[in-house]
Amino acid sequence: MSALLFLAWSLAAAQFMLAIAMAMAAWRVLRGPRAQDRVLALDSLYVSAMLLLVTFGIRTGSTLYFEVALVIGLLSFVATAALAKFLMRGEVIE
Amino acid sequence: MSEGADVPQWAAVAVGILVLAGAAITLAGTIGLVRFKTFYQRVHAPTLGTSYGAGLVLLASIMSFSVTQSRPVLHEVLILAFVVITTPVTLVLLARAALYRDRAEGNGAVPGRERAGRDDDHPG
Repeated sequence: MSALLFLAWSLAAAQFMLAIAMAMAAWRVLRGPRAQDRVLALDSLYVSAMLLLVTFGIRTGSTLYFEVALVIGLLSFVATAALAKFLMRGEVIE
Repeated sequence: MSEGADVPQWAAVAVGILVLAGAAITLAGTIGLVRFKTFYQRVHAPTLGTSYGAGLVLLASIMSFSVTQSRPVLHEVLILAFVVITTPVTLVLLARAALYRDRAEGNGAVPGRERAGRDDDHPG
């Protein structure tokens, strides 16, 4: 029973740490001096949110969160690649 | 964990340690994102979260689901492979865009300026 208690507390602590990680990435999105800093922080925000959803999945035992995390991972790649292309060339599709 | 009554103790402890380690490494990466001074230093920080952080948390998820469903559940490998493959690609694109912008503006933020005068596009 104490092992399960340890698991519950460590999941809660991990979710807390990931939420703080998201807050720090959001701070860099808002404050970042240049556009590339904001894009980098947005990518980090995506990854932290994805890991937070995976921990929710471990906590509830539902595989629904896995699919949400997979979609977030895909969107992260597309968004960051498109924004990097925009910063490089000034337009996304040319 | 809601149906955690049938989880053996070693698995619960291992999943807890893996999740804690992964979350702590991701948090360290974002702390670096806040604290580093220039963009070219900041590019390195979040890769902690995408490599070791994601690896440990997804390994914990694989272990948890495999133990609770008493069969190998490996679909988290999909996320891990995707993240590990795409993150370097996007960060290289982003770093190139940042380098291009800084060089076009000539604002002195480009790293490695002590080697200026050579052809800039050849590394090393």
